Amino acid sequence: MSEPLLKIRNLWIEGRSDETWNPIINGVDLDLNRGEVVGLIGESGAGKSTIGLASMGFTRDGVRISEGSVVFDGVDLVTASAADKRALLGKRIAYVAQSAAASFNPAHKLMDQHTEGPVQHSVSSKAESTEDGIELYRRLRLPNPEEIGFRYPHQVSGGQLQRAMTAMAMACRPDLIIFDEPTTALDVTTQIEVLASIRDIVEQFDTAAIYITHDLAVVAQMADKIKVLLKGDEVEESDTRTMLSAPKEEYTKSLWAVRSFERPAKPSVITGATPVVSVKTVTAAYGTTDVLHDVSFDIHEGRTVAVVGESGSGKSTTARCITGLLPPRIGHIEFDGMQLPLDYRRRDKMQLRQAQMIYQMADTALNPRKTIGETIGRPVEFYLRLKGKEKRAKVDALLAEIELEPTEYFNRLPSELSGGQKQRIGIARALAAEPKFIICDEVTSALDQLVAEGILKLLAKLQDQLGLSYMFITHDLATVRAISDEVVVMKDGKVVEQGEKAEMFQPPHHPYTDLLLSSVPEMDPDWLDDLLKERGVDNIGDAAVDKM
Amino acid sequence: MQRLLLGLVTLFVVSIIIFVAVNALPGDFAEAILGQGATPEAVNAIREQLGLNQNAVTRYFSWLAGAIRGDLGVPLSQALFAGNFGTTAVGTDVTTVVDQIIPRLKNTLFLAGVSAAISVPLAVTLGVLTALYRNTAFDKSMNVTTLSAISSPEFFIAYILILFLAVLNPVFPSLSNIFPGMEFSERLTRTMLPALTLTLAVTAQMMRMTRAAIINLLASPYIEMARLKGLSPMRVIVKHALPNALAPIITVIALNLAFLVTGVVVVEVVFVYPGIGQLFVDSVKIRDIPVVQACCLIFAAVYILLNLTADILSIISNPRLRHPK
Repeated sequence: MSEPLLKIRNLWIEGRSDETWNPIINGVDLDLNRGEVVGLIGESGAGKSTIGLASMGFTRDGVRISEGSVVFDGVDLVTASAADKRALLGKRIAYVAQSAAASFNPAHKLMDQHTEGPVQHSVSSKAESTEDGIELYRRLRLPNPEEIGFRYPHQVSGGQLQRAMTAMAMACRPDLIIFDEPTTALDVTTQIEVLASIRDIVEQFDTAAIYITHDLAVVAQMADKIKVLLKGDEVEESDTRTMLSAPKEEYTKSLWAVRSFERPAKPSVITGATPVVSVKTVTAAYGTTDVLHDVSFDIHEGRTVAVVGESGSGKSTTARCITGLLPPRIGHIEFDGMQLPLDYRRRDKMQLRQAQMIYQMADTALNPRKTIGETIGRPVEFYLRLKGKEKRAKVDALLAEIELEPTEYFNRLPSELSGGQKQRIGIARALAAEPKFIICDEVTSALDQLVAEGILKLLAKLQDQLGLSYMFITHDLATVRAISDEVVVMKDGKVVEQGEKAEMFQPPHHPYTDLLLSSVPEMDPDWLDDLLKERGVDNIGDAAVDKM
Repeated sequence: MQRLLLGLVTLFVVSIIIFVAVNALPGDFAEAILGQGATPEAVNAIREQLGLNQNAVTRYFSWLAGAIRGDLGVPLSQALFAGNFGTTAVGTDVTTVVDQIIPRLKNTLFLAGVSAAISVPLAVTLGVLTALYRNTAFDKSMNVTTLSAISSPEFFIAYILILFLAVLNPVFPSLSNIFPGMEFSERLTRTMLPALTLTLAVTAQMMRMTRAAIINLLASPYIEMARLKGLSPMRVIVKHALPNALAPIITVIALNLAFLVTGVVVVEVVFVYPGIGQLFVDSVKIRDIPVVQACCLIFAAVYILLNLTADILSIISNPRLRHPK
């Protein structure tokens, strides 16, 4: 067999924190042949991105390669000079970042950024490269391929940007592309389009790729072989089908098992019972544009209503209407059968206390300068008027409830907690007001699957103990399946379907629900192929069929 | 449009503050000109003649009304001569405040223009270079140099420059007494020393802001992307970081340009440069209130105008605001 395109041997990488160098990657090996796709999977902190960047000879600030070699086509990128590396980067090795929206320069048009690589590397002229760019946009099924490149990044949607970034990576026809979680930030329906486009184009040009993701079902569609990482160590590596059907290591098996959590069904609501929260024909607007149209649904005591939809479908706006941050233009909100003032400033303390929120980004939702005790203590004091010892006792009880040892965590700052622990603090803060109803806004989206599962289980436990009602905003249907009792599907600010979970996951569906459901990747390597066949390729992209 | 209105409102408020502040100065023109031995009768006579005994609100509004028409009044010093000698014929020669200020303002703007033409490109270039070679000896020495320049009082820098560039090596004249009708090159040579002094005073802030604004962006994903495309470090900074760092840089440049017009008092005095700053100092000395007020008003207008321009330029530099969805 010929020499592999990329050969990583005994790679050790360190990161600096508090003036000392700590290992991030502990002696990982990787071989990649021409035209082959390897999937790197693992939780956050496993070192996937670090390896991805290192295979370009690149490390972020405060990170260094301490040992090992990264040989790309005979050149060791660890020892190569900066100029030698620059000659390869962009030209023979390209990178597709997680967030295309953040990785395109907001100051330049897409096409100018697309042609920059070929022109700077003297691969082709600006005119040739522009023409090629339009062709690539067409192949990636971008709408208006002739015109879209001449827009600024903020004028193009996330899914389209991600495809434009793949096109940009292709501009010099590289031998290797690093895909760093390219679809993580996208909605399921958009994700499929991007996955299919990426796979097509990688196959067409016989490009080798490293595909980094934490989503097993996604990697199953994309990769020829899979390498599982845990805290900088390789757990195991094998070809995709073997890995899915017969994982050897316990850790891999535990990753596979996450998707199976599902709380038992609850008895259905007694007809005629007063719902805890009732959204009544709400229409709301930002400025003069209506973004919610006639939204109505009920949330009953002790039950979880999942509100599902793509970004921009009005899920979070509905939450803002319920909390009174955005007073509806038409319609109103009832709580225990009583109409609430539309604006939160006119609700009394009791009304405010009853509805609490938990946010998606626990990082930004916690004040970094306040200790955990202060963060949770504040609503305890504000709503329950507890002070001194009583307050401390209440905070301790809350910490115990979210399964964190009070004495250990009371004086910590948010920066000393992991992502999952921060989210638990967010839950404790919401519980501090002793509410009846909690809005969970994408609370598990930013978390790894194992951690997310822990949070879901905690929320389910709290619901059983305290009889809480949840409104669970999410775009992840696996989460819906795991935790919800009822489902509300939203699209373009309207409710397109609602009902009991069992009904929702069984046909017949509203066509949009069907699209959402069928777009969730499954752990079957043939899933994407089958789906594409079923839908017909034309349905996937919103542009013309591949002309080549 | 809204910004323009806001600017006008600010100017109005400032005009009130100026008026109140100037009138709160101890002593008045009459006392200043007649000296300590003046009899109360004489002081009152002059006050009456100049309308200084009217109440403040009336005086404010008559001044404001004049200012809006572009008539900032007659300098008290001029009015006094006309009154004292009873030679009403001189009245035709009496210069107005506007006549007195305009040539001075032109000189100051010329000095500011020359300083800006040197300092802005210098500061931005140095900012880019220090960002590119950050934490190297070059970066550190530039920072130390510009910081020492900004930390030293201007008159000190001015005298140092005079010592080295006028006395020890007579390259430029130490007195910048320019006058109308002078050749441009001569004017420029004579303006050089005050311009260099001002350059040293303003460069540091602009340079450091450019450096900080660029470095601030270096951790952003699109800069990482640019580097991963194999672009040269210079191109990454100039083409990818700088356009996104423009807004804060423009703001600081505007503030410093405003300083070039309004903060020149000391420098003009040191170099005997016939600009508005010197006129301002002289007028304060003799309590020539109309001139002092007019100078203040012009300073305020320059500040507001430059900040307005900076706001507009920041908007233009941002494609998100230039091309809405």
